[in-house]
Amino acid sequence: MSDLETLETDLTAQITSAASEGALEEVRVAALGKKGAVSERMKTLGKMSPEERKEMGPALNGLKARIADAIEAKKAELEEAALDARLASEKVDVTLPVAPEAKGSIHPVSQVTDEIIAIFSAMGFSVAEGPDIEDDFHNFTALNFPADHPAREMHDTFFFEPKEDGSRMLLRTHTSPVQIRTMMTEKPPLRIVIPGRTFRCDSDQTHTPMFHQVEGLVIDKETHMGHLKGTLEAFAKAYFEVDSVRTRFRPHFFPFTEPSAEMDIGYERVGKEIRIGQGEKWMEILGCGMVHPNVLRNCGLDPDEYQGFAFGMGVDRLAMLKYGIPDLRDFFAADARWLEHYGFDPLDTPSLWAGLSR
Amino acid sequence: MKFTLSWLKEHLETDASLDQIVETMVAVGLEVESVEDPAERLKDFTIGEVLHAEKHPDADKLKVCRVATKDGEKQIVCGAPNARTGIKIAYAAVGTYVPGIDLTLKKAKIRGVESLGMMCSARELELGDDHDGIIEAPADAEIGAPVSEVLGVNDPVIDFEVTPNRPDTNGVNGVARDLAAAGLGKLISRTPEAVKGAFPNPQKIGLHFDEETKNTCPAFAGRLIKGVRNGPSPKWLQDQLRAIGLRPINALVDITNYMSYDRARPLHVYDADKLQGEIHARLGRKGERYLALDGKEYEADETMCVIADDNGVLGFGGIMGGETTGCTEATQNVFIECAYFDPLRTAKTGRKTGIVSDARYRFERGVDPAFILPGIEMATRLVTDLCGGTPGEVELAGEIPQAENIIDFPPSEVKRLTGMDVAADDSARILTALGFVVKQGESWRVAAPSWRPDIHGKADLVEEIARIVGFDKLPAAAMPSLHAVEAPKLTPMQQRRARARRALAARGLHEAVTWSFTDERHAALFCEGENWLRAQGLILANPIASDLSAMRPSILPNLIAALQRNADHGRGDLALFEAAPIYGGEAPEDQRMAATGARRSSPPRHWREDAVQDDVFTVKADALAALAAASAPTASLQATNDAPDYYHPGRSGALRLGPNVLGFFGEIHPRVLKAMDVDGPVYGFETFLDAIPDSKKKATKTRPALDVSDLLPLTRDFAFIVDADVSAETLLKAVRGADKKLIADVSLFDVYEGNGVPEGKKSLAVEARIQPREKTLTDQDIEALANRIIAQVEKATGGALRR
Repeated sequence: MSDLETLETDLTAQITSAASEGALEEVRVAALGKKGAVSERMKTLGKMSPEERKEMGPALNGLKARIADAIEAKKAELEEAALDARLASEKVDVTLPVAPEAKGSIHPVSQVTDEIIAIFSAMGFSVAEGPDIEDDFHNFTALNFPADHPAREMHDTFFFEPKEDGSRMLLRTHTSPVQIRTMMTEKPPLRIVIPGRTFRCDSDQTHTPMFHQVEGLVIDKETHMGHLKGTLEAFAKAYFEVDSVRTRFRPHFFPFTEPSAEMDIGYERVGKEIRIGQGEKWMEILGCGMVHPNVLRNCGLDPDEYQGFAFGMGVDRLAMLKYGIPDLRDFFAADARWLEHYGFDPLDTPSLWAGLSR
Repeated sequence: MKFTLSWLKEHLETDASLDQIVETMVAVGLEVESVEDPAERLKDFTIGEVLHAEKHPDADKLKVCRVATKDGEKQIVCGAPNARTGIKIAYAAVGTYVPGIDLTLKKAKIRGVESLGMMCSARELELGDDHDGIIEAPADAEIGAPVSEVLGVNDPVIDFEVTPNRPDTNGVNGVARDLAAAGLGKLISRTPEAVKGAFPNPQKIGLHFDEETKNTCPAFAGRLIKGVRNGPSPKWLQDQLRAIGLRPINALVDITNYMSYDRARPLHVYDADKLQGEIHARLGRKGERYLALDGKEYEADETMCVIADDNGVLGFGGIMGGETTGCTEATQNVFIECAYFDPLRTAKTGRKTGIVSDARYRFERGVDPAFILPGIEMATRLVTDLCGGTPGEVELAGEIPQAENIIDFPPSEVKRLTGMDVAADDSARILTALGFVVKQGESWRVAAPSWRPDIHGKADLVEEIARIVGFDKLPAAAMPSLHAVEAPKLTPMQQRRARARRALAARGLHEAVTWSFTDERHAALFCEGENWLRAQGLILANPIASDLSAMRPSILPNLIAALQRNADHGRGDLALFEAAPIYGGEAPEDQRMAATGARRSSPPRHWREDAVQDDVFTVKADALAALAAASAPTASLQATNDAPDYYHPGRSGALRLGPNVLGFFGEIHPRVLKAMDVDGPVYGFETFLDAIPDSKKKATKTRPALDVSDLLPLTRDFAFIVDADVSAETLLKAVRGADKKLIADVSLFDVYEGNGVPEGKKSLAVEARIQPREKTLTDQDIEALANRIIAQVEKATGGALRR
C-alpha cells in the first residue's frame, strides 16, 4: 500500500469515527489545515520533478477532494444527528393547560332587546328612547289616564318628593311616555319600537321594582288592527325561532288604546321545560291595541285623519320564556354564576340574516 | 269576580257547556282566571255505607268500621264521634288525594288494625269548616254515587278579571248580557217589580251639600221595612255566597252582598231603631270618627262623603257602614239605603282609609245610576221574601243622574280601525244586544246604556262590535314595506352603547343589569352628597325598600356592591360592567348613558407565569376600549389626574377631550369601600357615552389612500431623567411632536425610580420608531432628529437625557 493510500485510509477512518463536529473539525485541520497532512504533502509538489509531479499532482488533489467531501458529508450527518437529538430533548407535555383568558358576556336583557330590534327593524321600525324620570303628563295624562281614576291604581308608581307647586316627578311605569314624546315632536308616518327600563312599586316572586319593556307604535292614515295582528304574529314566530306559533287575541282594557287586546301564545310544558308555539295552554305575552283617539288628540293629531296601533311587552319575560330562565329576580342580582350561564357571547350580535341566536 | 254557573243561569238561558261559556267569556274580553268545578275536584269521593262500627280494641276514641263501598266491603278505622252503624258517608279509597289535609291516602295500620281508605269530613273535602265529624249523606244515597252529586256541590265557580272599564260586569247579569250578545243564549235578567209601600216613609233622609260638591252623592233613596225577622238566610243564598268566597252573616246583610254580585249594586241596611233623627249624606268634618263594620275605627275629613244621623257619622258613603247601626239577628225594622256616590271621591276616600270593600270597588268604578230605584225595589222584594215585614214608601233625596250619552257613529269606522268587514246589520244587532240604542241612518246615532260609563266615542263602539264578533276574525295583514331595503334603525347614541357593550364583554367583563335606584348612603358617596341628591330631586318618596331610595348618580356603587356579594360566595376574581342610565336630575337631559365597569382581581395561579393583577391601567384600558368602540377619538384624549373624590387620589384619572370629560378610571377610594363594607382593592371606570362628540358625517365612505414607505424603518431609544411629577403623556407628546412626519410611533418601555436616579426624579425610557419617507436617512440626519427629540423633551418637561 502506498503512502497516500495509507494516509487516505487513516483519514477516512478518523472522519468516520469523529463523534462530534469539534472532533471532525480537528480531523479537518489535521488533514486539510495549513499544516495538515494533506497540505504538507501538497507543498512537496513544487520540489518534485515534472514526471513525479505529473503522477503525484492528480493523486494528491484527488485525495484532498475526497477527504473534503467526506468531511462535508460527515458534518451534515453530525448536524442531522444533533438536530434530532435536540428535537428529542425538546418534547413538551401538550396536555398542560393554556393560560386562562377572561371571557365576558352580554346580559340576556341586552341580547333579547337586540333580537327584538332586529325583527322590528326589518318591518321598518326605528328605535326611539326616552327618559326614565317622567312627569305625570307624559306617563298618565297624555295617555288618557283620567286624573284619580282607579286605572292609575293598576300602576304602582314610584314617585319623587313633591315640588313646591305640588307636582311630582315619577319613574315611568311603562315605555309608553316615549310614544307621546315621539308623536309630539315627529310627523307621521311613524313606526317605532321603544326599549327601556320601567318601574313599578312591586316586588315578589314574579315582579321586580324595575323591569324592561319594548313598546311599539305605528301612526299613519291606514294602519288597522289587522296589521297589528299580522305584525305581532310575525314577531312571535321570528322571536321564538319556531316554525309556527299559535296566537290568540283577546279583548282587554288599556286606557291608551281602543280597541285594546292582549295576545296569548300557545305553549306546552314538557317536564320542567316550557315549549312555545304549540300545545293546549295559553300564555299572555303582550298588550296592544289601536291608539286611543284621546291620545292622538293629546299629541295634536286628528283621530279622524290619523290612526295606528301600539303594543308593549316585557323583555325580561320574553327572555325567560325563550331561554328557559326560571326566576326574574336573578336578572338583576349580578351573580357571576348566573351571568356566565345565561349570558351571551359578545360575538353573537343578533341579526335576521345570520340568525337571532345560535 | 267570582260567580257560579247556576247563578249565571239565573240571567242567561243557555244550553252552552261550561267550556263554551268560559271560551266565550275570554273571547269577549272577560278574562277567566280560573274555573273550579267541585264535581271534578271531588270525583274520587263516593258514597259508602257503614255496615258495622265497633270500638277499636286499643283506642277509646277510634272505631273500626266495615264499610260498603264501590270497591266492595272495606275495613276503615275512623276517629269521628258520629261514625256509627247505618250511616252513609263520603268514602275515599286508598290512593285518593284528599285536598283538605293535602294528603294521598295509603294503606295504613292504626294501632294495629288495618285501615283501607277514609271516611271524610266536610273540611277534608274543602266543603266547609266542619271537622267535628264525618259527612253524613242522606240515607237514600246510593253506594258508589259521586259525593258531589249527592251533596249538590256540583256548581262550577268561574273567576274572571273585571277590567276597570267594565263596572257592569261586577254583576252576574252584566256577564250574562255579554254572553247573550255573543250568541250564547238569551238574557233573562228580570227587571225588579215595584213593591207598593204600605205607609209613608217615616225616616227623614237628606243630602247636605253645596252647589260645588253636590255631585258627591246626587241621589239617595231609602225605604223602611217594618217587622222583619232577621236570621240566617236560606240555604240557596248561603250556598251561592259561600261558593264565591263570602261568609253568610244574616239574611239582611246577605241580601246586600247578593245584590252587589248579582247586579253590581251595593246597598246598605241599617237597623232603623238605632238611627237618630235624619239620615243624610254630607262631607265629613275633621275629627269625626266611627267604628266600621270591619271592627276598626276610622277618622273622617272634609274630603270624604259620610252618611250621618243626629248622633254623628254612621259610615263612609259607598265604602263601609258602621257597627253601631248595623243589622243583627235582633233587628226588627230595617232601613235600606240605595244611593249613588261619586267614583273619584269614593276612590280617594278608599285610598286614604285603606278600606277594601265590595261596595268601594263598585262605586269607584261607577255603578249604574239608573238602577237606584229598581235596586231598592229588588232589595225590598228580597227582604220581604226572606224576612217578612211591611215596606213603607220609597223616598228619594236628590235626583237620579241622567247623563245622555249619544255618539255619532259612521258604521264604516269598524272597517277603518279593525280591517274587519262587519255587515251594518250585524253591528246594529250587537250594539242593541249590549243595551245600546241604535238609530240607523247615514251616520248612526248610538245611545250608550246607563251602565256603561266607559263609552265615550266611536272607537269605543268599534271595540264593542269587534269584541263580540271576535278578535279571531281580525284579518292578519303584513305592514306594507316603506322601502325596498330598510335604512339603519339605530341612532348614533344607540350604536355607541351597543358597540361599547360588546367591546367590554370581549375584554372579559360580564354585563350586569342592576337597579336604577340604590342605597342613598352609597349613592351619596358617588356624588356631592345626600343634600345634592335631594336638591336634584333624585330621592324616591315611596321606595320599594329603604336601601333603594336614591336614583344612582353612578353605576359604580351597584357594581362594587355586586363584586362584594360575589366575593362573599367565593368569586373574588370578577369584572362586571353595565351600559345603562345614570341620573343627575329630574330633567330628561339630566339622564346620561354610562358604560361603567368594576374589577376585583384575584386571578388564578398558572404554571407558566405569575398571574397579572388588575390595576389602574387595566381599567384605563377598559375605559379606552369602551370609548374607542363608541367612536370616541381616543388618540386625542388626554388623561388628567383629577378624577372625582370617590377614586384613590393618586391612582385615578379623567379622560378628557379638551374641557369635555369622557370618562374616569382608577382605584376606588379605600374610604368609600370601607363605608360600603367592601374589601379592596377595587378598580373602576366610568365612560359617558353621550359626552362623545358626534363624528362628522362624511360625504363618502372612501378611505384615504394607503401611505406606506418601502424604506426600512429604524428605532432609537432615549432615556430621560425628569421630575417625578412629570406625566408620561407630556413626554410622549414632546417626542411625537419633534418630527410628526418621520416619527411613526413612540412607545414607553421603562419607568424607573431609585438607585442612579436622583431623589424626586424618575427615568422614562422611550423607543422612537422612525420611518424614513423620501430617502434613506444618513447618520447626520438621524443625529439631527435625535437632537430635536432631546431638545423638545427638555423644553416640555424640564428634564434631561440620561447619560
